[in-house]
Amino acid sequence: MPTHDVLVIGAGLAGQRAALAAAEQGVSVGIISKVHPVRSHSNAAQGGINAALNPGDSWESHAFDTIKGSDYLGDQDAIEIMTKEAPEEILHLEHLGVTFHRNEEGKLGTRAFGGASAARTYYVADITGQAIMHVLYEQLMKHSDSVARYEEWFCTALAIDEAGECCGVVTRNVADGSMELFQAKSVILACGGNGQVWKPTTNALICTGDGIAMAYRVGAKLMDMEMIQYHPTTLAGKGFLITEGARGEGAHLLNAKGERFMETYAPNKMELASRDVVSRAEQTEINEGRGFPDGTVALDITVVPKKRVHEALREIVLVGRDFAGVDITREPIHIKPGNHYTMGGVKTDVDGRTDIPGLYSAGETACVSVHGGNRLGANSLLDTLIFGRRSGVDAATRAKHTDASKPSPKVLEDEDAMIADINSREKGSGRRVSEIKLELGQTMDAKVAVFRDEAGINEAIEIVARLREEAKTAYIDDHGSVFNQDLLGAIELGYMLDNAECTCLAALERKESRGAQYRTDFPERNDEEWLKHIDLEKTDDGPEISYSEVTITQWQPEARTY
Amino acid sequence: MADYKIKVRRFQPESGQGPYWEEFKVELEPSLSVLDSLLQVKDREDGSLSVRCSCRAAICGSCGMKINGQSGLGCKTQIGEAQELAEKMARATASGPRTREAGREIAGDDERAQPGAEEAAPIIIEPMGNMPVIKDLITDMESTHWTKIRRVTPWLLPHGEAPEREYIVEPESMIDITQSMACIQCGACVSSCLSMEADPDFIGPAALAKAYRFVGDPRDAEGVERLHDLAEDPHGIYDCTHCFSCVDACPKDVAPMDQIMRLRRKAGEAGIEDPNSGHSHELAFVKIIEKKGTLDESLLLQESFAPGIKGKLVPSRRAIKEMLGSIPTAIRGIKTGKMRSLPKLIPGIHHKLPGTAQDEVQAIYKHAEEHNEEFNLYIKGDEGELAEIEAEENLETAIAAPAGEEAPS
Ligand SMILES: Cc1cc2nc3c(=O)[nH]c(=O)nc-3n(C[C@H](O)[C@H](O)[C@H](O)COP(=O)(O)OP(=O)(O)OC[C@H]3O[C@@H](n4cnc5c(N)ncnc54)[C@H](O)[C@@H]3O)c2cc1C
Ligand code: SF4
Ligand code: SF4
Ligand code: FES
Repeated sequence: MPTHDVLVIGAGLAGQRAALAAAEQGVSVGIISKVHPVRSHSNAAQGGINAALNPGDSWESHAFDTIKGSDYLGDQDAIEIMTKEAPEEILHLEHLGVTFHRNEEGKLGTRAFGGASAARTYYVADITGQAIMHVLYEQLMKHSDSVARYEEWFCTALAIDEAGECCGVVTRNVADGSMELFQAKSVILACGGNGQVWKPTTNALICTGDGIAMAYRVGAKLMDMEMIQYHPTTLAGKGFLITEGARGEGAHLLNAKGERFMETYAPNKMELASRDVVSRAEQTEINEGRGFPDGTVALDITVVPKKRVHEALREIVLVGRDFAGVDITREPIHIKPGNHYTMGGVKTDVDGRTDIPGLYSAGETACVSVHGGNRLGANSLLDTLIFGRRSGVDAATRAKHTDASKPSPKVLEDEDAMIADINSREKGSGRRVSEIKLELGQTMDAKVAVFRDEAGINEAIEIVARLREEAKTAYIDDHGSVFNQDLLGAIELGYMLDNAECTCLAALERKESRGAQYRTDFPERNDEEWLKHIDLEKTDDGPEISYSEVTITQWQPEARTY
Repeated sequence: MADYKIKVRRFQPESGQGPYWEEFKVELEPSLSVLDSLLQVKDREDGSLSVRCSCRAAICGSCGMKINGQSGLGCKTQIGEAQELAEKMARATASGPRTREAGREIAGDDERAQPGAEEAAPIIIEPMGNMPVIKDLITDMESTHWTKIRRVTPWLLPHGEAPEREYIVEPESMIDITQSMACIQCGACVSSCLSMEADPDFIGPAALAKAYRFVGDPRDAEGVERLHDLAEDPHGIYDCTHCFSCVDACPKDVAPMDQIMRLRRKAGEAGIEDPNSGHSHELAFVKIIEKKGTLDESLLLQESFAPGIKGKLVPSRRAIKEMLGSIPTAIRGIKTGKMRSLPKLIPGIHHKLPGTAQDEVQAIYKHAEEHNEEFNLYIKGDEGELAEIEAEENLETAIAAPAGEEAPS
């Protein structure tokens, strides 16, 4: 049985940072990822990472912007920690070798950013997430004697001992299909978000909410699951992201009549109002028949000087050309709001601890909560690194003071049985797994997206329940051991359904509009009743709802105008 | 929507069967990708068809493959374009096999070479080259690609303690290495590399591009050591034949060959002896053309190994050895017509360019010197784009510096 003091599941920014931090404490560390670490979705982050490091900027200002952005649902103690520790983290990354953009003096240079009151976004051209992740992976290669890498290993379940503490994880080696029970004193879940539950989404195919579901299944609490960010500018068909940078550079949003409709919704900030506001404006235009027949509005970048487009928006010129067949420097491109980010997740404290001793979580899987109802751009990479590091350190500290507890072989047997069951279903005995995924994604996108109401959410709940039944008989074609992606897809479907169910229930429960949750039947924010987190816990009869307080340190809720 | 036919080279390791070809019909928008077509097959027809993929947007580096014999990313190749290329190639090579892949003898392969009489030629999809195939389009990147990446000590080796704040470095130096940082480790360049095919131990384009990321980084203290290491390894920087395949294959404009050339130049500047004399050869080439307009082979060897008057007056031992050693090659070159006839090899007899042509050659040199830029898209943008922008720039009034970029996320 492979054994480590600390086992990290997931090798995006959060996971890699956690593993390196734990290894620095001198414990034995393993890091597991279902894809090769550098394929993780943290790659996709182009824009940058926030920190109040410039002279004249302050962590208080960064914290306030984050709190306001969160529509006051973020926990202020956690936000204080994140914003205070941000400068140190940026310098640490720079010392490791991240090629951050420099100003003329050769010092770190910043760009300005939406929702922020100062230019505090550090970046590497248009590949910030990729650059940071590849540098962290360099460090993992460097420290391969203290961190064992399990690349292309897929986790199916967590092991909990009799004392109710997490003591290991069941994993399938993707390359040969062997199942392995790992033992660990601390386990950190850093499996990313659940964007694939919606279709289309800006998220990669691997973002199926595995970590959230695995934690939920062993009884850890989830929090803020109703808070799903829709990004205002995504390509209609495939959901690719067109960066906010386009609007930052002055691009206009137009409806089918050629009207610059943001004038109606946010006369001051126009296209640069916050994400939830712009997404709602677009969706209103589309719903009221002023969109294009393909259910979109247009983003007109031709008003931005061409030279500037090539300099600052190179990546989206390529996205337009390669993935939509549109030359964005010559014609407007059709866009719409699209699923983008999971604000909620596994409930943790500021050291990544979940309700289950020995189980930690960090990154998009976790909900600390620093993003509350709406995440600010460039705060997510920061979240992954700060809380990745903090959970790595705490997990290592715990491991030093804890006796090993051997996971019961029963969990492995259960997982073997689960896989045998999937394999035993005959072709044609039920629906194809891919069909169920598609219906799930379309349902969630139609009913639990930018605008929500009770009737729609209830419909979604019914459909998800039906799909859950259908998933029990859904069949796959591949019954082999080597790289059986078909089987992994079926397991992921199970994770996705758990995520969907929790989001639907939390969205139904929150009878107000705050951040990403906009209820047409409760269009106002209601601090009196709903300035609180919704927590979900698994019981035999489905998720059970409870509430927890929002931590407020020095910023009292105010009306949120942009 | 349009109909396409894709023909996939499959291998199911547990079947006991060798590789085989299988055709699938797919229906999708021409602007969708080859990867989308594979995913459609997987979703609707055969879930056992295996291909690594995640981002679908050319950022994760999972989906390296060969399409119509060309290495690249499945998600970055539009199916409509792939179809056009398939047709073109079918017409052009009606008499020969279309691709250059290793396992040409596999079942159904000969049929592939036949030009489709009425039917449209299928789009041919194969796993990457220069790597063992594990299953269908999934290759073993660990044993080929990643082992080589680790070979170049792929982490920063700074000098002493880190400063209290950031390292202060030239802004351009960061932009310079950002080109190799843009690498997504997809392996397409490795798949396409001709030297790698001949010498599987060649460190290869991706790993050498990664090496430049450190050699070019002013924060790294071991640049010269690194250069020695990569120059002295017989499978190192001088093993590249300058064939451009990796430049064509790379989906992220990393231009690995250019990074290798930068390493060679830096090695030359550091006075590291090049077993093939590549760097001095390059300098000699440049010098002769500047003087004569065309290549004077009689001077090339001399200039490469014994440059300038000093080199000729006091030739190094190595120069003498190399020159003597290259006589048989020269003779063979003359015999096979690769070099001009013997009398023309006498120094001084080389013809000059007519009229003012030599002045024009010199003007090109002058321009090149004044515009001493590298092929780095983070500095320059695509060439086409640039020309266009320059043309329009004249029309545009000065563009006010924007207040700042709002970043994406
Ligand atoms: C298009 C796009 C652009 C973005 N731009 C920005 C930006 O500019 N700034 C910003 O701050 N944020 C941005 N974000 C958000 C940010 O990129 C992500 O929130 C963040 O990178 C998540 O990191 P992570 O480490 O939590 O997870 P990920 O990077 O998603 O990593 C998850 C890891 O978990 C592993 N894993 C998952 N399930 C399993 C399993 N069952 N078994 C084993 N391993 C598993 C995966 O293999 C992977 O290694 C962007 C997001 C998108 C989609
Ligand atoms: S240019 Fe060099 S590295 Fe690139 S493919 Fe050719 S031989 Fe390989
Ligand atoms: S250099 Fe280009 S082709 Fe080679 S691995 Fe990197 S991104 Fe892929
Ligand atoms: S799927 Fe990520 S590069 Fe093609």
